Amino acid sequence: MRTFEFTRASDPAAAVRAGAQAKTAQQGADVRFLAGGTTLLDLMKLNVETPARLVDINRLPLGSIEAMPDGGLRVGATVRNSDLAHHPTVERDYPVLSQALLSGASAQLRNMATTAGNLLQRTRCMYFRDTAMPCNKREPGTGCPAIGGSNRMLAILGTSEHCIATNPSDMNVALAALEATVHVQGLKGTRTVPIGEFHLLPGPTPERETVLEPGDLVSHVTLPPPVPGSKQLYLKLRDRASYEFALASAGVVLTVASGRVTRARIALGGVGTKPWRSPEAEAALVGQPAETASFRRAAEAALQNARPQSENAFKIELAKRCLTHALATAASS
Amino acid sequence: MADDAPARRPDLTRRAFLTAAAGASAASALAGCAPTSLAAPRAAAAVDDPPTAGAVPVTLRVNGKEQRIRVDPRTTLLDCLRETLLLTGTKKGCDHGQCGACTVHVSGRRVNSCLSLAVMHDGEEITTIEGLGTPAALHPMQAAFVAFDGYQCGYCTSGQIMSAVALLGEPCGPEDADVKELMSGNICRCGAYPNIVAAIQRVRRGA
Repeated sequence: MRTFEFTRASDPAAAVRAGAQAKTAQQGADVRFLAGGTTLLDLMKLNVETPARLVDINRLPLGSIEAMPDGGLRVGATVRNSDLAHHPTVERDYPVLSQALLSGASAQLRNMATTAGNLLQRTRCMYFRDTAMPCNKREPGTGCPAIGGSNRMLAILGTSEHCIATNPSDMNVALAALEATVHVQGLKGTRTVPIGEFHLLPGPTPERETVLEPGDLVSHVTLPPPVPGSKQLYLKLRDRASYEFALASAGVVLTVASGRVTRARIALGGVGTKPWRSPEAEAALVGQPAETASFRRAAEAALQNARPQSENAFKIELAKRCLTHALATAASS
Repeated sequence: MADDAPARRPDLTRRAFLTAAAGASAASALAGCAPTSLAAPRAAAAVDDPPTAGAVPVTLRVNGKEQRIRVDPRTTLLDCLRETLLLTGTKKGCDHGQCGACTVHVSGRRVNSCLSLAVMHDGEEITTIEGLGTPAALHPMQAAFVAFDGYQCGYCTSGQIMSAVALLGEPCGPEDADVKELMSGNICRCGAYPNIVAAIQRVRRGA
């Protein structure tokens, strides 16, 4: 691990000022905020991340979960994943989020990992993690050996000719289905970013993964008020029963009345270069009978633009079955 | 009671000699490269380090005892426990948060000490396997691992036990499958899983 200066922010504004000294908030940032450390320290040991300065934000007042006047929920940036998953309000009103969090990583890692850190979790693409290999995300312009290489775990939606890396987060999928809002404190004040706009498609610039600029500090995430009577589920398919990244996953928030779907929010994980909300699947489902044939049609719509790589064509059918099963299970719950 | 840093070394033991010898050979093998985190405490004084990256003071409360030390900021909690405080019961497996051998408790919660910096835990309470029980008075979980043969080579065992003890205070269903799910962050290369689950269930059921 390269040497760095360790500092502790006294308040969020100080953290923002320190972060603003970086040239970029994206890959290669020379100033990094340190929360749980589970992604950052892992990548620093690999020399994938080589910040000159770490700003510890763990003692900032960003660690609370609070009910909001509108009935929604405010989740601080440094709330640990385990605390969020087991929070009574989350278990009751946002079970898809609780399930997604508990399906990710291990109990130890969930005790460390934070809301903002999980939002910014980096891809597990082996070429990104290995500095001996070319990688457009890590070193722009060097190429993408994953295309035509080892890509079984990688994305089939949102890819470009420059990058096919998967966003590995489970939490992000649930946040997409719940239409969460990310709150950012920056040099020019605070702003909000809908979860669907927070992560960027790789396109020609895979090194840019989010809308964050130098100094931007994710302060908290808000969830809209729960939809009365909604049925929610997170279903994750993987190579092992536990402690493994998704091959395909689905987060669904469904409202059914008189046997028909009246509202659907659908997001997929393990298959997209970003947390993959599917308006196509939602449009295909609303107004339809809550039955398997409808769910399968929604799944077909969700994957209609999928582009398989040399080793992961199986993910197209797997994701379809995952979503179909998630919708059927949620609808019958 | 506080110990001033760097932690005093006890009389040379076989373990201390081997550790020092391994560190020296690792350092020579890596000449010209960035120092590894294993060698970090000694590397902090290297002349080519930027002055802002020198050793920083940290106070940890480890197994009930206050430890005032100075560490290179790169030092993980794991390396600090093993190399600086010489508490070698906590093991280094993968060093990337994938195996669980390094599991310790921070403020009562289980964490992977390899993915955490010592400086992040200034003033916090750390519990390692050495703080759980003694050979004469084992923690009930340690006794259950012995009774159920919950290990073979033993390398993962301290992490397994630290995880299992923390599990007792976490939301967990009653079934073996619930235990397996919450213990999935601790890998056992020897495959002692059935006996590990049996040991944990014995303690949970208070039998």
